Parts: sequence; structure tokens; C-alpha cells
Amino acid sequence: MLYSAVIEYALNLCLYYKGIIFMKVLVPIKRVVDYNVKVRAKSDESGVDLANVKMAINPFCEIAVEEAVRLQEEGKASEVIAVSIGTEASQEQLRTALALGADKAILVQTEVEVEPLGVAKLLKAVVEKENPDLIILGKQAIDDDANQTGQMLAALLNYPQGTFASEIELKDGGIEVTREVDGGLQTVSLSLPAIVTTDLRLNEPRYASLPNIMKAKKKPLDVITTEDLNVDVMPRLNTLKVSPPPERASGVIVETVDELVDKLKNEAKVIT
Amino acid sequence: MSILIIAEHDNTELKSATLNVVSAAQKIGEEIDLLIAGLDCRSVAEEATSLEGISKVLLADKPAYENFLAENVGSLVAQMGKDYSHILAPATTNGKNYLPRAAALLDVSQISDVSSVVSEDTFERPIYAGNCIATVQSKDPIKVLTIRTTGFDACGETGGQASIEEVSINEDLEISKFIKEELAESDRPELTAADVVISGGRGMQNGENFSLLEGIADKLGAAIGASRAAVDSGFVPNDMQVGQTGKIVAPNLYIAVGISGAIQHLAGMKDSKVIVAINKDEEAPIFQVADYGLVADLFEALPELENKI
Repeated sequence: MLYSAVIEYALNLCLYYKGIIFMKVLVPIKRVVDYNVKVRAKSDESGVDLANVKMAINPFCEIAVEEAVRLQEEGKASEVIAVSIGTEASQEQLRTALALGADKAILVQTEVEVEPLGVAKLLKAVVEKENPDLIILGKQAIDDDANQTGQMLAALLNYPQGTFASEIELKDGGIEVTREVDGGLQTVSLSLPAIVTTDLRLNEPRYASLPNIMKAKKKPLDVITTEDLNVDVMPRLNTLKVSPPPERASGVIVETVDELVDKLKNEAKVIT
Repeated sequence: MSILIIAEHDNTELKSATLNVVSAAQKIGEEIDLLIAGLDCRSVAEEATSLEGISKVLLADKPAYENFLAENVGSLVAQMGKDYSHILAPATTNGKNYLPRAAALLDVSQISDVSSVVSEDTFERPIYAGNCIATVQSKDPIKVLTIRTTGFDACGETGGQASIEEVSINEDLEISKFIKEELAESDRPELTAADVVISGGRGMQNGENFSLLEGIADKLGAAIGASRAAVDSGFVPNDMQVGQTGKIVAPNLYIAVGISGAIQHLAGMKDSKVIVAINKDEEAPIFQVADYGLVADLFEALPELENKI
């Protein structure tokens, strides 16, 4: 009993000297349409109809916040900083992150719809100010489904990346990331500082409790601008139109398995 | 117009996703080179020389690229790609991993999941889980695209006479290391390349019941998929997930069993040619996209279906 405690203490001391225990974690998050909302294109095809639509923290970003908070609860992280890029309204999602356990928040406020490359550049500027050891992002936002920001940020910083993570483990002064890949799982080992992007199975985010929601209101939330960070976020892409997907012709309800097999063989001709 | 395609392969053979990307490239321009980065992958390069429409196969057969680490491959693609007008890769987990890195290093944006080519600088891509299609024009000097393979037919595999050119770059950034890979072993076709896919949802009730799909899959030569609900409930591993955050499939026949049809699942399969839904809840949204719907208890319908096909 005593031995194991001594060993653990010694181990922690080693980890401390390797700079792991007091790791600072940055979690970029995005305000998006709630995942339950069925989004439609505007009738003039100028964009997506977002009037009076419920907004929320992107589900993958929520998983990122949860993972960072767990690292802190396990004594592996000293500070969790949430950052978002967007309009003033994104403060709402930053408060959610604070209620889930982040210590402080930064809003890079802009009215421009910043593309992933621009977001990565802004985040790089934030990283250079805050010097986190680990940056955890969602693998993709469920609005533009781009799946780029984490990888782009990693490239701009020349950091390693563990994308689509289903498990992370701090190990030997670095981090081991198990990744969800097409054929199964892949494990990579990354030096720190590093970037991790979350997949669904990394964890199950908690619900913010009422006391924590109240506490979050008093936590610091700094607002800065893209000009403060001196980053050009001019869009490179021009969205010409947003249209509804082609509709499928309505199908039929068959009454029996026999009828189904008959239709598949003789009408659709997809089985023989 | 000169196009660089990054091939998907496993150092032994070319993956079919590459063929769809070649087709997409042919809609953009005619001068197409194919980069094969890996280790001991010369046989892949040789196989690729006969692909239709490829001018040159660039072979980076080096230790730094053995496991396709995004850091090393991203850097290679940025160096190789800087003189091209377009850089294309399939929107596989691999392509999604390294290509945004290359784009950022080149200081250009990436257009993800291109489902259709409108012109050399304008592309269609699904957004909001496929509930909308955005037509996007790029102002960047280099267009970096990941290609949604289901949006394009496979190119021909014969008739090409590309030459092989060696690439000398072998740069290990030494910030990441491959540890291991645990790939699911299966005799079935790959989900994203199968002609027939049969998927189970929460209605399957547990992982064991997925065996009810196997007999049918065997008879039809089908791949087996799952909804996110089934994956989240722990019935089956995530690599079987079809949907917005899983795999995108568009087989000739898609059979959805015990799947309600959440938006995020539809995003992964609604471009299938023929969709069959089997669900006991006649109100399930999956019936709205199904060509043939069968309102039935799957535990009765599946054994019967297996017998009758």
C-alpha cells in the first residue's frame, strides 16, 4: 500500500518535471444549429434559413470540452480555456463550456463568417498567446461539415495531430491517441504540444448542473477581435447558392416479405 | 489545368476510392498525375499506371510515408502540389486527415466532400448533413478538394500508359509515431464500395442480433452497416457506422433494418439507388426515403427474407 503510494508519488514527480501534470488545455468550440433541427435552404437559394432556429454548442466540441475537464479532474490538466470565433451570440456557448467545467473563455468576436483556414489562423494567434500544451477540438462542425480546422491549425503550428480520437492517454511525456479510421482503429503517439480532434466515442458529455451554470456566469470571458490578433480572415470561397438536395420519388409500402422480394427482383431488378 | 491526385492504398493494393477521384478529376481537366506515398508500394504504382486518364504516377516509396502519418504526408503533398492547379484526395478518414494540413501549408482553403464538379473552380458539396447542397466557387490559386466517392463513378482500370517517376522527398517531421492498427477482419465487401448494404439500427436490440443480417448479407454479397444509434448503444463497432459522421454509402441496394431514419443517418445513405426499410413503426421517417417499405417485426421478417432471396 505504502509502496504503491511512494511509486505513484515518484511517478507524478517525473511527470511533473516532464511538464505533463500541469498541462494547459485549449478547447476551441463552435456555435451551430442544434443537431435536432432539420435545416432548409432559403427559397431564393441565397443560403440556409436560420431564422428563429435553436442554436447550440457543436456536439463534437462538447465532447472536446468534456475530455479537457476530465483531464483536469484527473489532475492531469491545470487549466482549461474555451475559445470561440463568432458573433457576440457565441458567448452563450462559451458560458455552456464554462458551466461544463472550463476555467475561462475567450471570444474572438467577428461578424464575418470565417472559413476553417481563417479560424485556424485566429486559433494559431490565440495559441501563441496562451501557450497550451494540448488543444482539443471537435472533428467537424455539424453545420458546414468541413472537418478541417484541427488539421489546419496543426499544420500552421507544425504540431502533430490525433484526429477522430476515441481514446487519449498521456504517456512518456507525450500523448497516445486511438483514432477511428475507416477499417477500424489506429493508435499514434504524439509529442506535445499536440492537437486532438474528437470522435463520438471519446466520451459522453455531462449535463451542466444548475449550480455550475450559476458559477459559470462569474467566470472570466474575454472578448477580443480579429484585428486584435492581426489576422486576415477574408473568405477565399464564394458560396454561389444553397439548394435543397434532389428529392427522392416517393416509395411504396409492401405488405409482405414475398411482395418485397418480388419487387426487388422484377421491378427494381437489384437482386436476382 | 494540372491536377494532382493522392492515391488511397495500403502499400499492397490501390483502394477503389482512388478510381472515383480520377473520374472527378477528369471532369476538371486532362492533365492528371497520381501521387503514391508509402513504403514498399511499387506494386501499387505499377497497378496505377494502367488507370484511364493518368499521365504520370509519382512514387514516394520512403520510410517517412509507411503509415501515412498526416504530418509527413501533409507536408509531402504541400511540396508536391504547389505547382498544380488542383489537388484531390478521396474523403476517406485518411484523406480527411492529411489534406487539410497540406491546404493550410499552401495557404489555401479546402473544399470538403465535393459531390459534383460544376466547372474548374466551382463545386457542389453537401452541408448540414446533406439537407442542403452548397455550390461553392474558389478564389484560391490552388483548389484543394476532398472527393465524396459516391458522387462519381469509378474510372476505367485499363488502357492507361502512365510512366512512373520517383519522388526523392523523404521527410519525417518526427513529431508523431505510428503505434498500431487494429483493422476489422471481414470477408465481406467494404462498406463504401459494396453493391448492396444491409444496416441495422437500435431496433436490432443488441449486438448478437446483428447475426440475423449476416445470412442475408451472405446471399446478397452485401456489406453490413449500422446506424449511429446502434453504435452508440454499443451493439457494433464504430467502423460500421453509416451517416453524417460515419461512412457515406450509395450502393445499388440499401436495406435499413430497425433504423428510424434520423437526419444524420439519412445523410450517409440517401443517395443509394434503391432503399428498402424494414421497421415495425409505420411512422418512422426512414419510410419517407424508402422505395420499398415493409412495416413488420424485424425478428420475423429477417429470417423469412433470408429464406426467400
